Formats: sequence, structure tokens, C-alpha cells
Amino acid sequence: MNIHFSEEQRLLQEAFHEFAKSEVAPNAAKWDEEDRCPTELFPLMGELGILGIFVPEEYGGVGLGHTERVMALEEIARYSGGLAMFVFTHQLAMSAILEYGTEEQKQKYLPELCAGTKIGGLAVTEPGGGSDVAGQTTAAELIDGKWVINGRKCFITNSHVADLALITAKTGKDAKGRNQFSIFLIEKGTKGFAPGRKEHKIGLRGSVTGDLVMNNAEVPQENMIGRQGEGTAAALKTIGEVGRASMTAICVGILRGCVEESVKFANERIEYGKPIAKLQAIQFHIAENRVDYEAARALLYKAATLKDEGIPVTAEFSTAKYFATEAAVRASKRTIELMGGYGNIKEYPAERFLRDSISAIASGGTSEIQKIIIAGDTIKNFS
Amino acid sequence: MNIIVCVKPVPDPEKYDLLKIDPKTKSLVREGVRTIVNPADRNALEMALQLKEKYGGKVVVVSMCPLFCQDRIKVCLAMGADEGYILSDLAFGGADTYSTSYTLAKGIEKLGLKADLILTGQESADGATSQVSSQLGEWLRLPHLANITKVEIDGRLARMKRKTTEGFIEYEVELPAVAAVARGCNKPRMMTAAGIVKLRNKPLQVFTKAELNAEDSLIGLAGSQTTAGNLIMPEMNREARPIEGTNTQIAQEILAIIKKAGIAV
Repeated sequence: MNIHFSEEQRLLQEAFHEFAKSEVAPNAAKWDEEDRCPTELFPLMGELGILGIFVPEEYGGVGLGHTERVMALEEIARYSGGLAMFVFTHQLAMSAILEYGTEEQKQKYLPELCAGTKIGGLAVTEPGGGSDVAGQTTAAELIDGKWVINGRKCFITNSHVADLALITAKTGKDAKGRNQFSIFLIEKGTKGFAPGRKEHKIGLRGSVTGDLVMNNAEVPQENMIGRQGEGTAAALKTIGEVGRASMTAICVGILRGCVEESVKFANERIEYGKPIAKLQAIQFHIAENRVDYEAARALLYKAATLKDEGIPVTAEFSTAKYFATEAAVRASKRTIELMGGYGNIKEYPAERFLRDSISAIASGGTSEIQKIIIAGDTIKNFS
Repeated sequence: MNIIVCVKPVPDPEKYDLLKIDPKTKSLVREGVRTIVNPADRNALEMALQLKEKYGGKVVVVSMCPLFCQDRIKVCLAMGADEGYILSDLAFGGADTYSTSYTLAKGIEKLGLKADLILTGQESADGATSQVSSQLGEWLRLPHLANITKVEIDGRLARMKRKTTEGFIEYEVELPAVAAVARGCNKPRMMTAAGIVKLRNKPLQVFTKAELNAEDSLIGLAGSQTTAGNLIMPEMNREARPIEGTNTQIAQEILAIIKKAGIAV
């Protein structure tokens, strides 16, 4: 496995960086302050190929892989974790359609999602919990050739901006009497379907999070994504391999922000007649930020490369997500400390890094959930 | 409508604090400093790509640069240029604008392309002489204009808008012609991911001295008509001097200091 980037990947990284520096960096603090989702950037991101980078060309994408997808997220998250959250949630919908959708569904939905002219989302979590997938209560019933869906999804990213949402709903029971779930694509404007409460988050602001409410929402049969009863496995794989990869990428971007901002500040801040970068205590902070960044980055790109090779990577992404999110919290707190009083001021991004990192822990499964997955895999494969 | 755009890789202006000048050769020491496509050349490329979108044809990028700058030409191809040519040879080293423009002219001749328009950036971010474009026009015996912000094509005529210190002058120029494009006259497009993937199939060729049919006496350091004089390092030490008095007295004293420094107020 090679985690060195090829020349093509280095140029892609440069292109993503150019976009992030010119379009994201100048606005990131404002989006956070106003908690505004910059949907106006989507067509440009579509044109640049960021949204559909992993989607085959025949569906409007670029035809590259998840390695390139997380590279773009890292660059965006270096300046705005919120925007990266918005982008990857859109990609969750694309990934599920690509992997589980019919040819007609791919042809119908993916080109506009790649172009950024439509926004997507994936909704699994309910008021009763997110990780307890089997405990979901949202239900779909086939009535007169249409699925009628009732229930409420909560903590759903892109809830209020998505043109289409993929939702999981109970569609029956298996032979052992266990609930079976399926995935449905519901378009904005569908009767009985609407966003509900909008959350006021501490971090990853600029991405919208809220409820989706289905009240006798009628969905055509052809809007089922994947086979009936396949929803749990499809949702878990999408969240496990695309969602957690993305949360890791967001935190790798934040970690790079911590490294770069701590070096910049330490070089500019003069104490005792010299830049504080000359002080060993400050250097230790910088070194620890660097180690956290490099380790998280190595875990991310190793897992992404394996995924692109077609190898199942649920445990790898759980490992990467657990480490990167916790490391981002450590590093952003450390960066605030390095900056002293300035670290507490909103003109500096360190406090935003900390809020975004804390929010990143909850998304895609908490650290405890990741440890359960890692432990299960470890006990199975290291015995 | 075939357009050739001459581009120069230059050290990233954001990293100028890392640049050093070799006191012996008096040339820039670029090691460790990131290279970018000269900003005004990106404006020239953007203008060329917009003209291609309007009138058809192709955009070809030509650059005299070391081979390690090859990826900068790939940036131009990823932005949308169709072909790239690098003129690279140790013998081209140390060139001033005279021998640079000669080498570019020989490279353009070598392409054998019936070009309608040859664009350059108005000036490079490092040397900033603004001479290469007009010298290129002379070598190629073509009409040339500088500081152009807009080009419209009407048959074999080009209407060019030239920015001056007082405003703008509009010219009609017979094609083929050479034009130096003003920095900042448009917003250069970014590389797209699809553009980068297409690089796999875009031609990028290197020409050395042997392939250009160039005269030894006109290339590189030997062909240069100028040499760097003495290097004078400006005194960068700062002096803090307290100014005392009433607010008005302090303001008058500051004004006097500014005037004494030769700044018109």
C-alpha cells in the first residue's frame, strides 16, 4: 500500500487547496458566526469536480476514488469543518445511490448531485438514538402501490437544504421476527414530508442539522434504494466507510489547521524579546500538534487507499475516526493554550477548531461506539 | 482561432521572505521556494481560454523553464489549455529578456502552428521587466501591444483595449499579433478535477536547444544584452523616535517627516 500521493493527486490537492483558500478561508468564520449553510458554493464545487469526484464519469462524476474525496474534504476542513460536513453528507446520499441504486436511479439522480444543482442527504438517526439502528421506529407501509412513510428523523445534516433525502424505514420483519429496514429516496416537496426543528449546534456550524418529519409521506415504489430489507446493512456500510472516513478527513483538516496556526502564531508573537517559537515549552505544543496530525493523516489515507482497493474497512475507519476526532480535540485545546488570551478570541480560528472537533466526535458514532467496533474486530482478527 | 500563451513559472510571491540572491551570480536562489504560474500569465491564459470558447480553435502553452517546473505547465493544461511545450536546456540558463524572447520565438517557430494570437502576461512577478512580450513581437515580426485588458476578434482584425495610467485606449490590430495581458484583468479559472484527469491524454513536449535551431550567441547568458550590476542591500533596521507635544504638534511633526522622506502629501 502506498500513501504517497501521485503527481496527479498532488495536482488535485493543489486544486482543492486553491478552492479552499480563495472561496472558503475568507468566509469560514462568518458562516460559523451566522450558522449559515453556503449552498451558493455548490454549483462551483460541482464544476470543480469536488462533489462527484468518486462517481464514475457516466453519471457526471470524475471517476476517481475515495482517497481523492477525502483529500478534498481535508482541504476544505482546514478552513471550515462546517462546509466539509455539508459536502460529505451530500456525498453519503450519492454513495448510497451509486452502490445500491438501480441503473435508472443512478442516471436520474447522480448527474445533478455531482453538478451541485441538487443537494442530497442521508437520514438514519431518530430521537431514540442513532447507533441503535434496529430500534428505529420510522415505518413504511405499502398501500395502493405506494410506500406511505411515518416517523421522525433527528440530528440530520442538510435537513433544511436537501433537495432529496435518503431515509431508512421499517418495512417488515425477517423469518426470525427481527425488524427489517429499507432505504427510500424522498424528494423535497413530497406531500407529508418536511424539515422540522433546526438545531443550534456548538460546532460544525454552517452545516444545517435538524429534523425530517414524515407524516403519511407517499413515496413511489421506484424510490426504494437497494432491495427491500437491505437498508440496515446499506446504511451501516455507507456511514461506516464513507461517513466515518469523512469525519476523519474533517478532523485531519482541523489538525492541519492547528499545526499551521500554532506555528504562525508562535513565529509572530514576541515575548521576552523573541518569537515564542524559540521557547521550548511552546515547541513541545507544536511538536505534539504535528504528531497528532501526522498519525491521524496516516490512518485516514491508509484506510481510504484500502477502500479504493475494494477491501472492507469498517474497523480501519473506526480506528481512524476515533483517533482523529479525539486528537483534534486535544490539538485544538493545546493550540488555544499556546495562544494564551488570543486563543480565546473569535478572530483566531483555534476556538472554532475546538468546537468543531467536539461536534465531530458525536457524528457517525461516538468514540465509545468506535471502540466497540475496533474491539470486536481486534478480538476476531488478533486471536 | 489558435492562441499561443507564453507562461513563466515564478517563485510564489507569498514566500518571497524565503528567497535569497546569490551574491556571485546575482541570480535568485529558488531552492525550497514553491513555484507558481506567474499571476499575469494566468490572466493571459484565462483570456485565451475565453477566446477559444467564443471563437473555437486551440490554446497552446509555451514556457522556457527548468524541467522541475514541468508540473506548472500541467497546471495550465488542467485549466484547459490543449497542448504544452517546454523549452528547457542548460544552455538557456542565465537568460535576460532579450535571449528569453529569442528562445521563445524559436520555440514558437518550431511548433509550426499557424497562430492567430500570441499572449503573454504583462510582467513577471519576479523580474517584472515587462519587456519579453514586445521583444517577442519584434523577433516574430508581428504587431504587438502591451497591458491589454480585452480582446475581441473580427475576422482578421483584433480589437484590443489597452490600459494606460490615464484610462484606456482601443486599438485595431491585424492578426497574427502579440499582446501582453494586464494582470488582474480577469479572474483566472481554477483547475478542475476533470481537467487534471484529462492530463493523462494531453500532449506535453520538451524541446532542447538542439531541436530549436537557435543560434548559440543569442541564447542564455551568452545571448543576454544586460548584466546585473552591484547588489545593494537596503538598510532594514528600524529606528523608533518618540514625538512629544500636543496632538496638533505631533501631527505636524509626522507630516514633516513624511514630506522629508519625499512622499507627496
